[in-house]
Amino acid sequence: MSARALWVLGIFIALVMLLAVGLTLNPREVPSPLVGKAAPPFELPLLRDPDKTFTTKERLGSVWLLNVWASWCVSCREEHPVLLELAKTGAVPVYGLNYKDRREDGLRWLAAYGDPYHLSVVDPQGRIGIDYGVYGVPETYVIDKRGVIRYKQIGPVTREVLAQKILPLVGQLSRE
Amino acid sequence: MIPELGQVALSLALAVALFLSATSLYGAQRSSASLMAFSRPAAQGLALLVAFAFGCLVRSFVANDFSVAYVAMNSNSALPLHYRVAGAWGGHEGSLLLWTLMLGVWMSAVSLFSRHLPEEMTARVLGVMGLISAGFLAFMLFTSNPFDRLLPAAADGRDLNPLLQDPGMVLHPPMLYMGYVGFSVAFSFAVAALLAGRLDATWARWSRPWTTVAWMFLTVGIALGSGWAYYELGWGGWWFWDPVENASFMPWLCGTALIHSLAVTEKRGAFRSWTVLLAIFAFALSLLGTFLVRSGVLTSVHAFAVDPKRGVFILGLFALFVGGALALYAWRTARIGLGGSFSAVSRESLLLSNNVLLAAAAGTVFLGTLYPLALDALGAGKISVGPPYFETVFAPLMAPALFLMGVGPLARWKHSGLPELAVLLRWALAVSFVLGMLLPLALGTWKPMVGFGLFLALWIVLSSLTTLRKSLRQTRAHYGMVVAHIGVAVFVVGVTVVKGYDAEKDAALRPGESLELGGYVFALEGIANANGPNYQAARATVSVTRDGKPITVLYPERRIYTVQQNPMTEAAIDTGLTRDLYVSLGDPLERGAWLVKAQVKPFIDWIWGGCLVMALGGLLAATDRRYRFNVKKETILAEARA
Repeated sequence: MSARALWVLGIFIALVMLLAVGLTLNPREVPSPLVGKAAPPFELPLLRDPDKTFTTKERLGSVWLLNVWASWCVSCREEHPVLLELAKTGAVPVYGLNYKDRREDGLRWLAAYGDPYHLSVVDPQGRIGIDYGVYGVPETYVIDKRGVIRYKQIGPVTREVLAQKILPLVGQLSRE
Repeated sequence: MIPELGQVALSLALAVALFLSATSLYGAQRSSASLMAFSRPAAQGLALLVAFAFGCLVRSFVANDFSVAYVAMNSNSALPLHYRVAGAWGGHEGSLLLWTLMLGVWMSAVSLFSRHLPEEMTARVLGVMGLISAGFLAFMLFTSNPFDRLLPAAADGRDLNPLLQDPGMVLHPPMLYMGYVGFSVAFSFAVAALLAGRLDATWARWSRPWTTVAWMFLTVGIALGSGWAYYELGWGGWWFWDPVENASFMPWLCGTALIHSLAVTEKRGAFRSWTVLLAIFAFALSLLGTFLVRSGVLTSVHAFAVDPKRGVFILGLFALFVGGALALYAWRTARIGLGGSFSAVSRESLLLSNNVLLAAAAGTVFLGTLYPLALDALGAGKISVGPPYFETVFAPLMAPALFLMGVGPLARWKHSGLPELAVLLRWALAVSFVLGMLLPLALGTWKPMVGFGLFLALWIVLSSLTTLRKSLRQTRAHYGMVVAHIGVAVFVVGVTVVKGYDAEKDAALRPGESLELGGYVFALEGIANANGPNYQAARATVSVTRDGKPITVLYPERRIYTVQQNPMTEAAIDTGLTRDLYVSLGDPLERGAWLVKAQVKPFIDWIWGGCLVMALGGLLAATDRRYRFNVKKETILAEARA
């Protein structure tokens, strides 16, 4: 067996190992640069009552979820039952950011599918979405007592993600 | 009932494949004629069974049988008939079945056109191919069965991905797969020769036509894919260095190197061990391509089946086939031996440089494609490698390869004098240099890269023609080489000019308004509804004039496919020998205006034209008289000895 042949075999084995590791990774899971940074502050009108506003400052001191949703978003319907269950347990309050949507459509959607949100604010132009780096609806942020983003879920929240990532994190953050 | 028949056929095919490889490989080892006698009928039977299964799948598509999960996922009752047929390979399971079918076609071809080969060789080749078939049939049956039932049946299907609803879909995958899978023949010949411990000129001669035909299909397949992306994606680009495009390009580069290396091994007996490695690599890269597309390890527009179980299975197949072949190579390599010697300037040395450059090019594409994966695997962050990397590293490797293409065919085997070559080529060099420098002026502005590209293209054409100067009575294989090299030149012209001079402009137009680009005036005449069988569309009428004279009227569309609600841009293109006019319709804007994108792409069709000419060259070379399968065994052996 020549040295060259061994080299070729060695490189090949390294390649197979690399591909095997690659299989366990998800290329679509892009880490957000915002994780570990302060959540961009905003003050926005409420979906149900446009005369009132909500500001992120109100939430300082407690752990909360910010869920970006829209009536035109099909995957939001997928995660909706999960959010409704979460709301029922009361483990952590969920705040909605109604994103690039029309108020009537948003209200009709909540009437049809149920409202899991403590309250929802509206961002019809998607300004706040830019600050938060939203690139696909739905997205969900876990924000801690000091107002720092600790986790970002891109795409629908599934029961698995909720049970394995979000709820343990919320528990830990509440004790901090 | 029909899907069950297909399922039974696939299971039987798996059994036949295992039987074929067992009897053939064992029979060849023991030189048992009675065992080897099974290999041809078994290979043909296997091909027929897979073809029958494929027929069953097409039949389920045509009959809109939405109780078959795969049909329900990839078809719809409103889908036109020809796309329902092509839909059979529009998804993961069906394209695997197509892959296996192509393998069956190649196996039958080997079994029919191998009368002149020793029985042991044929049996080993078919045995190895049977093993590959068995691997893919098992993959299909255990992880991706196209005949799985959906209970209860769906009322209607989820429709074929709108991007795939295009005539390109009917042709591109079968051609590409014929190429991918065709390299399995060269691979099997190499493994068979390693098993027999006989790697010699005859082995190279037997492999050559098969490799060339596979390469030809791959060339056409890649060109079709590129052309399809050009008019279907609506951006006007023709190559994106997408991981999956790269996955088809790497075997192409490696196969091109293999074709040239086989020539040396056949004529001079040299490069044997390198040639055998290339034969293994070309197929390994095809398998790697399949892995990349099927496993979802890389993000790509093509990656449509993300299922870790499938990834593990196909990685296992990859490790088994390629690892097995490399281990065999490592074990046998001491016995391969060296070929004839040659001096620094000779056809061998030039072909060696060609091989090194092509292999390095394949290596850079490989690095660029897998680097993001490697970084991610090491936990070093997520990056993506794009066109800037590939263009930076690729051009410097290709330029010397293109230059050597002019010299190689004129150099003699063993030893060639530089002065002699210089005398032969001085006119070609002078003319191509002067014209290359002047032609960009005729095209508009002078750009150094365009001048350089045109110089290389002219150089290839003129030096190729120089090989015919002494005599036009050359073998068909020689003409094949000349034609293929001219195809490369045509391709280079297309790439260079379109890169240097393409122009584009976006504008918000209301009906009656127009935009001007490169001397052409694109006027939006109006927008109308144009609904198809399974989509709703807005169709614009854009008239193009130049200096007041009408050139053409184009009808770009913006379609929404009803089932999946995907918006699609159908660009309208006026194709011409020296330029394409390309108009696509964007989103509707406020106050009745529409976003209109107009592009003028000079010489772009030369890119695909060049590929077709290359493939034609491959066809000529592969059908040369000395590869004719009815030539008596004795004459071949006699020639080989000569």
